[in-house]
Amino acid sequence: MFDALADKLDDAWKKLRGQDKISKANIQDTLKEVRRALLSADVNLQVVKAFIADVEKKALGEGVISGVNPGQQFIKIVYDELVKVMGESNVPLANANEPPTVILMAGLQGTGKTTATAKLALYLRKQERSCLMVGTDIYRPAAIDQLLTLGNQIDVPVFEMGTDADPVEIARQGIAKAKELGVDTVIVDTAGRLQIDDDMMGELSRIKDTIEPDDTLLVVDAMTGQEAANLTYAFHEQIGITGAILTKLDGDSRGGAALSVRQISGQPIKFVGVGEKVEALEPFYPDRLASRILNM
Amino acid sequence: VGKGPLNDDAVMEIESLLLQADVGIEATDYIIETLQTKLKAEALPPDGAIAYLKTILQDILDKPLAGKEDKAFVPEQGEFNIWLLTGVNGAGKTTTIGKLANLGQKSGYTCMIAAADTFRAAAVQQVKVWGERTNTPVIANPGKNTDPAAVVYDAIAAAQAKNTELLLVDTAGRLQNKQNLMAELAKIRRIIDKKAADAKVESLLVLDATLGQNGLRQAQVFSEAANLSGVVLTKLDGSAKGGVALAVTQQLNLPIRFIGAGEGIEDLRPFSSYEFVEALLNG
Ligand SMILES: Nc1nc2c(ncn2[C@@H]2O[C@H](COP(=O)(O)OP(=O)(O)OP(=O)(O)O)[C@@H](O)[C@H]2O)c(=O)[nH]1
Ligand SMILES: Nc1nc2c(ncn2[C@@H]2O[C@H](COP(=O)(O)OP(=O)(O)OP(=O)(O)O)[C@@H](O)[C@H]2O)c(=O)[nH]1
Ligand SMILES: [K+]
Ligand SMILES: [Mg+2]
Ligand SMILES: [Mg+2]
Repeated sequence: MFDALADKLDDAWKKLRGQDKISKANIQDTLKEVRRALLSADVNLQVVKAFIADVEKKALGEGVISGVNPGQQFIKIVYDELVKVMGESNVPLANANEPPTVILMAGLQGTGKTTATAKLALYLRKQERSCLMVGTDIYRPAAIDQLLTLGNQIDVPVFEMGTDADPVEIARQGIAKAKELGVDTVIVDTAGRLQIDDDMMGELSRIKDTIEPDDTLLVVDAMTGQEAANLTYAFHEQIGITGAILTKLDGDSRGGAALSVRQISGQPIKFVGVGEKVEALEPFYPDRLASRILNM
Repeated sequence: VGKGPLNDDAVMEIESLLLQADVGIEATDYIIETLQTKLKAEALPPDGAIAYLKTILQDILDKPLAGKEDKAFVPEQGEFNIWLLTGVNGAGKTTTIGKLANLGQKSGYTCMIAAADTFRAAAVQQVKVWGERTNTPVIANPGKNTDPAAVVYDAIAAAQAKNTELLLVDTAGRLQNKQNLMAELAKIRRIIDKKAADAKVESLLVLDATLGQNGLRQAQVFSEAANLSGVVLTKLDGSAKGGVALAVTQQLNLPIRFIGAGEGIEDLRPFSSYEFVEALLNG
């Protein structure tokens, strides 16, 4: 694990042969390598800065690094800090005392909201929690068809009102329908939107005010770059999220976006998407992602 | 890195700009070194650094087309052109197909669309909506999970029969580390080269401007499977800068051909390195 980075850290350390005490001065090269590693993993620059400052403090606190593999020891400090920052263990989906539990999906275009809606529904169904999916994306061509097809595949009902209705109204009636059907959970899929699109953010905000979700999940593509921080900030500030889903982790991106999402919103990543199929959803484990971010 | 006329603060500032635009740490190092060398060699004043930086970035972006006489990117009239759109999931391939069909029709080409995403839920319905919006026939196979290469084969036959000038091929999204899916794409490409040996083929990778450094890997692997000839950079209407496209151009010598700047039918523009660089560096 972490071989390439560990080698670089070892190299940085070798230059300081004989100085096995960590000091502010001799730690700089090592921190630079960590910084490069995080940036290459797409952690946002501002988040990297804050993180490096924390690691530096932590490392100085530990005082001594000795033995043959100082790089490995330093990485352990970095790794532990990453795991800590991302929230030690996985946080489950909301489960309201009084059904239905309402879940709102949100995010940029093409991140995987509709797919994740179906994945969650199937996941809940396997736990004997019945579901209704609500299709409020009236904009993207065939978005409702997509949700209907997925609903068919997993045998979960879909509430929709076509593409001429107001998304806020569809969401409102969707919740009413869920109550009428007596389902345990209702998941509201929304259209993709840019966080700088005020009209569309306003719509999302009205949907949220109308349905008062128990969980508002930001769906983020694991391949996202620096923008992860900006979009998380805006969605959290304007809508208020309670968690996130990191999708497309079956790819070979390093997933540094996860750190940005967590740091900026303070909200947990609850699930990860690991494939195109409806079964491909897993709980989020911070330690796995920490390894992934550092593994070069 | 970056020793030269620029002082540390200036280097840091430029570095931040580039890194925050997703240019990536390696390309950023290269760019700053090039800048320092240029400032030194030509004894240029450091306060003009941004202007030189812009030239360097533009040079990188223009390089794949350097020396080419006809830089405009248009299908050849009266010939059979096939444009294959590829990329990872959700990048904007199908939407770009719709926009290109609109552009093609408006420019007087006879167009056709091959609906070769036979996998994703409602992918065919989605591309058919774009076909209706642009009055473009869509060739699809109504069966479920059919071989996309077979759809492409049928579409080429249909296009040839109708003397179509521009066939736009929509493919399913695929992550580049999925070997079976990349093999499927390579097969599509082989079918095109074989069945339409005389056609003028453009193989375009669709990159989402929100992407981070994985974009580079995408370009490498898709190049091998689909023999890429260019890039379309989508979602530039957002606040992301799409800097990884710069690294892609630099490393793979691929020109960026279009940018997507919205979800509407008209939201496609020819790529301009000048505009791209201005947007990249201006906040
Ligand atoms: N490989 C992989 N593909 C995924 C995953 N999640 C979603 N996708 C794919 O990503 C693409 C976009 O997914 P959608 O669910 O349509 O995304 P969306 O956020 O609803 O998109 P819009 O509604 O257009 O904003 C599709 O091709 C999905 O199959 C994942 O975890 N892994
Ligand atoms: N804001 C913005 N959204 C875009 C742009 N291009 C595409 N989109 C949106 O991104 C989402 C995904 O677009 P698609 O065209 O379905 O992407 P795709 O690559 O075909 O997706 P798959 O076939 O599932 O892999 C849709 O919601 C589009 O409306 C763009 O330039 N700007
Ligand atoms: K932009
Ligand atoms: Mg959707
Ligand atoms: Mg598509």
